[in-house]
Amino acid sequence: MSVLTRCKIIASLLLALIVLSCSVFAAIDTFEFNTDEQRQRFRALSEELRCPKCQNQNLAGSDAAIALDLRTQLHSMILSGKDNEQIKDYMVERYGEFVLYKPSVSPATYVLWYGPFGLLFVGFVAVYFISRKRKTVQQDTEQKQQSASDATVKHQQRLQDLLDKNDD
Amino acid sequence: MRRVLLFLPLVICLVLGALFVKGLSLDPTELPSAKLGKPFPSFSLESLEDESKLITEQDFKGKVRLVNVWATWCPTCKVEHGYLNKLAADEGVEIIGINYKDERVKAVQWLKRYQDPYVINVFDGPGSLGLDLGVYGAPETYIVDSEGVIRHRHVGAVDANVWLELKPIMQSFGWAGQ
Repeated sequence: MSVLTRCKIIASLLLALIVLSCSVFAAIDTFEFNTDEQRQRFRALSEELRCPKCQNQNLAGSDAAIALDLRTQLHSMILSGKDNEQIKDYMVERYGEFVLYKPSVSPATYVLWYGPFGLLFVGFVAVYFISRKRKTVQQDTEQKQQSASDATVKHQQRLQDLLDKNDD
Repeated sequence: MRRVLLFLPLVICLVLGALFVKGLSLDPTELPSAKLGKPFPSFSLESLEDESKLITEQDFKGKVRLVNVWATWCPTCKVEHGYLNKLAADEGVEIIGINYKDERVKAVQWLKRYQDPYVINVFDGPGSLGLDLGVYGAPETYIVDSEGVIRHRHVGAVDANVWLELKPIMQSFGWAGQ
């Protein structure tokens, strides 16, 4: 294989990679909007709403027929002046909380929203108790060492006394 | 006390393990319907066979029935169609069809060719009823009780195994069968 053909193969492989990576963003629609604000809301919502069929994709990233239907619905709702809350409620009413990538704060999702903070708190409490225990253990050993050295001093004193006595 | 604490990691490990094993047997693509326990969404659509005849959600009341969302473009619908015929003929189940985002001519031909298990067929060409119902993939089958309230949803083909699951639910809402 000549160097030239090898280069050609590598170049075409690279090109294929680029083309394939573009196809990730394949869901390009031709929705028309009156204002930029509407366009941005459409983009934000279609990224935040989840496709019910292809579960790990949002509406923006999915080629499924149902995702197209929902994007069309989203588009017409934005044009008819519905606000974001109304649109989300509409979707949740039909497809459940599942369609929201960012679930709403409700008793059912408290664990989801506040669980991590709870765990963090538990962690702090554990660290506090462990370090306190360590401190008391340290104090204990220091006291013991202190009393031990006290005892040594006493012993030496006594020894010295005895020796002094013998000298007499 | 210290001794007991030593077993804590083992206990956590076992609990997590049990949860993961349970998770393996769950089907993540199966979504609970947001419409369970709610009345069938109101609609007014043409009958598949007769354009002049309008069907509304009021027509669903009075009996416990299955509501089956189907289309000719849906391969799994073809798979389950034989079983639906059997349910209608042998078990005496009344099935209402919702022909979802389909072409009328093709759908009528399909019913001629493969038999018609449906007592009524709603023609939902634009898919608006499907949207209100939260349909995310045909075929879907709902149990609607005599008050017109949605009691159960099954996504995917109905076969003998699924029927074993559906039958007791229908019976619990007063369905007697044949």
